[in-house]
Amino acid sequence: MYNFTFHRPTTVRQAAGLLARNPDAKLLAGGHSLIPVMKQRLASPAALVDLGLVEGIVGVELKGRSVSIGAMTRHADVANSPVLKEVMPALASVPGSIGDPQVRNRGTIGGSIANNDPNADYPAACLGLGATIITNKRRIAADDFFTGMFSTALEEGEIIVRVSFPVAKKAGYEKFKHPASGFALVGVFVSKRGPDIRVAVTGAGANGVFRVPSFEEALKKRFSPKSIEGLTIPASGMNADIHASAEYRAHLVGVLARRALVKATA
Amino acid sequence: MPAVSMTVNGKAVSGDVEARTLLVQFLRENLRLTGTHVGCDTSQCGACVIHVDGIAAKSCTLLALQCEGAKITTIEGLAAADGPLHPMQEAFREHHGLQCGYCTPGMIMSALDIVRRRGNDLDEHTIREQLDGNICRCTGYHNIVKAIAAGAKEMGKGGTTQQAAE
Repeated sequence: MYNFTFHRPTTVRQAAGLLARNPDAKLLAGGHSLIPVMKQRLASPAALVDLGLVEGIVGVELKGRSVSIGAMTRHADVANSPVLKEVMPALASVPGSIGDPQVRNRGTIGGSIANNDPNADYPAACLGLGATIITNKRRIAADDFFTGMFSTALEEGEIIVRVSFPVAKKAGYEKFKHPASGFALVGVFVSKRGPDIRVAVTGAGANGVFRVPSFEEALKKRFSPKSIEGLTIPASGMNADIHASAEYRAHLVGVLARRALVKATA
Repeated sequence: MPAVSMTVNGKAVSGDVEARTLLVQFLRENLRLTGTHVGCDTSQCGACVIHVDGIAAKSCTLLALQCEGAKITTIEGLAAADGPLHPMQEAFREHHGLQCGYCTPGMIMSALDIVRRRGNDLDEHTIREQLDGNICRCTGYHNIVKAIAAGAKEMGKGGTTQQAAE
């Protein structure tokens, strides 16, 4: 790992100031993606701005019909949040499936979303629930936020403060977990909130997380696994690597979507 | 070089480190607390598990500077050098929960975190699932799982989920 200067602001404003003064700076959240990448010298920022002491960006709160999660809330704390387990257990199950217990003790929702790893779980939950990503500058709909593999709508100097998830009565997440890494080989989040039906897929797309309009359309008639029985998506545009071919990933999207629907309608 | 200070096993410590110094390097090289091991250096194996403010973390994936002001517990902090072993250490000895011993400090620190989160009455399935972040390459996990179940029970008898004999 190359050396860098290290900064520990205590407010979002200070953090934004440090980013402005250090053009080659990166934000450090839980550090469980960034530090490994820096060790491999795939990233070598000149400065790190640690969000660990920043006030007011931790915690899970029910606000009306939404759940608001602070950007620096650890995976373990989201997974074990009593309020979230009560109103939307499907969302609580997402961070509970990330990595291992020690990783969940450090990793954060803001870090995961900002990184937008194509195999990460949280992007599927954000897109699958129609979340809003709230930064120090603006509110961004999940549909506009994830712009491709490891790429987001975040601009220079923009800091995720919290993520707001509308409470969906019916929701479910199912992933095919890579046995070594714990990442989603494919993961599918489904939800129904009034007329808004969403099917979001992580791990499969060559360009990161995506929705499946054909499944969503079929589910409008009836939100049930039966409604998408036999439906498939094409292998073109799917990721292929040593772990799975594009065809296999496309196949898993259908299988996991049906399993997620079984959970959502149980 | 930036200065860092924290509490390690109940003692206030400080040092000058490069910003890129990992917590595990600070523990092993600056403080000479070599009970915390580096196995993979890629957050997979769990040989480097320590507690930060009572919560298990992999010290190969934390910067020392991130731990400024924190309370760190390492395997050395569980029992006095001349005193009896911590009940979880004793259970590993009793149940032959180690062979070469390389993974053991991390296994024990993770075991204590499982007790913190799941209590003293642990079934085999829970232990195996919660040991996901720790890898042993010689004994297999059978005796480790037995040791953790027994150690957790023993800690319960003492009426404690004690972390450290600080």
